[in-house]
Amino acid sequence: MAKADRIKIALVGNPNSGKTTLFNLLTGLNQKTGNFPGVTVDKKSGFSKLPDGTTAEIIDLPGTYSIYPKTLDEQIVQDILLDPEHSQYPDKVIVVTDASNLKRNLLLFTQIRDLGIPLVLVLNMMDVAQLKKLNIDLRGLSIDLGVKIIPTNSHSGDGIAALKEALTQPLVKSKKPFYDIYDLAPKTIDAIKTEFDLTENYRAYQYAQQSVRLNFLNDKEKEIIAKIKSENGFYDVPTQSQETLGRYQFISDIVDRNVKNSRDPLKKSVSQKIDRVVTHPVFGYLIFFTVLMLIFQAIFAWAEGPMNLIEGSIAEFSGWVKDILPEGILSDLLTDGVLAGLAGVLVFIPQIAILFAFIALLEESGYMSRAVFLMDKLMRKVGLNGKSVVPLISGMACAIPAIMATRNIESWKDRLITIFVTPFMSCSARLPVYAILIGLVVPEQQVLGVFNLQGLVLQALYLLGFLAAIGSAYVMKLILKTGQKSYFIMELPGYKIPSWKNIGLTIYDKSKTFVLEAGKIIIAISIVLWVLASYGFNDNFRNAEENVRQKVGVNASQEEYEVALSSYKLEHSVAGSFGKIIEPAIRPLGYDWKIGIALITSFAAREVFVGTMSTIYSIGASDDDEVTIRERLREEKNPETGGAMYTPAVAFSLMVFYAFAMQCMSTLAIVYRETKGWKWPIIQTVYMTAVAYISAFITYNIFS
Amino acid sequence: MRSLAELKKNERGIINGFKDDSLSVKLIEMGCLPGTEVSVELIAPFGDPIAIGVSGYCLSLRKDEAGCIMIED
Repeated sequence: MAKADRIKIALVGNPNSGKTTLFNLLTGLNQKTGNFPGVTVDKKSGFSKLPDGTTAEIIDLPGTYSIYPKTLDEQIVQDILLDPEHSQYPDKVIVVTDASNLKRNLLLFTQIRDLGIPLVLVLNMMDVAQLKKLNIDLRGLSIDLGVKIIPTNSHSGDGIAALKEALTQPLVKSKKPFYDIYDLAPKTIDAIKTEFDLTENYRAYQYAQQSVRLNFLNDKEKEIIAKIKSENGFYDVPTQSQETLGRYQFISDIVDRNVKNSRDPLKKSVSQKIDRVVTHPVFGYLIFFTVLMLIFQAIFAWAEGPMNLIEGSIAEFSGWVKDILPEGILSDLLTDGVLAGLAGVLVFIPQIAILFAFIALLEESGYMSRAVFLMDKLMRKVGLNGKSVVPLISGMACAIPAIMATRNIESWKDRLITIFVTPFMSCSARLPVYAILIGLVVPEQQVLGVFNLQGLVLQALYLLGFLAAIGSAYVMKLILKTGQKSYFIMELPGYKIPSWKNIGLTIYDKSKTFVLEAGKIIIAISIVLWVLASYGFNDNFRNAEENVRQKVGVNASQEEYEVALSSYKLEHSVAGSFGKIIEPAIRPLGYDWKIGIALITSFAAREVFVGTMSTIYSIGASDDDEVTIRERLREEKNPETGGAMYTPAVAFSLMVFYAFAMQCMSTLAIVYRETKGWKWPIIQTVYMTAVAYISAFITYNIFS
Repeated sequence: MRSLAELKKNERGIINGFKDDSLSVKLIEMGCLPGTEVSVELIAPFGDPIAIGVSGYCLSLRKDEAGCIMIED
């Protein structure tokens, strides 16, 4: 079937209505994440086979409580539904509601219904409604609301078949609006309807309410609307209040008529009982920190096996490639460049997967919003917001999804500060850098009988990142002035048993994105680095063989000669020259030009460090595992002192530098997108690098 | 007249009106309608934010925001 023939169906609903679970049930693995055209909101869409043999494209729109958006993600719902010319404008809409909480969920439904888009109403979470002892008269509700209703239970999948069946049938547009908006602003509505050639009163009314925010209207059109509004005395806020109250009045009547509650209102629900414990002044924080500790332990303990497996397989594969390809540039480029880079990406998958599994678990179960509730007061003290907890925790996996998660923070100042400090949280890309350096200088021993010293140092580094984030937030709070008041109105959804399918899909989706996005950069950098480190344009490089021959003397063995030759070539290669150029600047931190090269390449992405080190220390990719790199680093001599190059002072200084420095082009790119300009990414880079430099300098001097 | 912020834990009241116009729109959308019963369900450690039961679900908001919601005596 041709693409154009596919009908588009949008899923719309309140947050926590089980919309995403329903989306997963409708599309299965047949989904993709992209961007809505022109904006950076994640667009999740997928295909669903309907009983009549046709395929429908299902679009999962961000959850929202009403058609009036409060966050950037919610804006897209309005952008699409109010603009019939939009490429994503749906042929049909599925409005998903939480059947156990109908009153509030129906507000959005009535607004979308009045836009005149064919729709079907899904009463999801029927199981929860039953638990709450709600008796819903589906027939009566359907007649009163004037819409086809499908009851579903997205946990068991009940009702999905009926929903698919309903989607194949023509859905009637009701002629009469649910709530007649006309009387609220007759002149304004008439004028806009004529000007823009609209049929529905509610559409015209929405033009008046939201013209400033509507991206599809040009400036001239916005001016016309503003003129119509002022001529007819249309005021946004009071009219919106009147509208919402009016809608609720109808909704309340209908719900009261068709939903009977047979539960004792004074009896506490399970969610309420759990909440008493989870938000308790002592147990609440205890549980919160235990959860965080558990995540840490899981990331380090559970990921180790699969990580070793991945590293081992790639090393084997690389060896195999070396064997079958004739020796030469191609073989070197593939193994030392591409495969070494690829290993650096793939090896993170287990950690990324575990972290995202935990985050999804916390969100799905409903615990995340309790953590937000619990931390809001403390976070506000340092200029953040309870909702900053989610990005800060996600930042331990990767700053990129974490920064995108800040979109739920309504206040721009709170959001900006969160974006600014999130990269300080130690992300998984820093882990291999820490791991290799800790292994080098911290002895493997037990402290107090239970703690592993290396593990403690690692946790100290994570704590350092967290403290830097909090401290910087506090400074930003003092500097940034804003008249905009921050507010915090958030639903605490009932606890749910997480859907494993949802969590599995999240893991799959996030890992895939990580491999594709980070992979591109890392492989590109690895190849460029390999070229820069293998070629040079100065006379020293051209005459390398002669110069080295003279230096090592005639008595040297062939092997000694080759080792000397490769390190001589590296020193005089393009990369080597770069390293030498920045050497004076990093000498106070204890680094030499070889570390300098790693610092330069790490600017693209931190995880390049290990790969760069292995390239620099001329280790073939065939035995490209951390132990060999570590041994090579251990043997490295400082040419000035004759002692080991990687003293504790140098290693700690490097770790502190990596903990603080902004070394991630993807993060910069995402900050640029989210703050809509280069101002903040530049300030952030300068600030973080300065903090890193000064702290590394202090660390080096303390330990040496 | 008292505001919602002055209610103690487990105390109930009926919403009477709002002190802040732009905030009221958001609160009304979330089901805090005049004439509706609210109950204080949870108070976070350090006294802020609070969580209220309203229109059949649980909503959390800061003390400042609760201060804008007036309660009938």
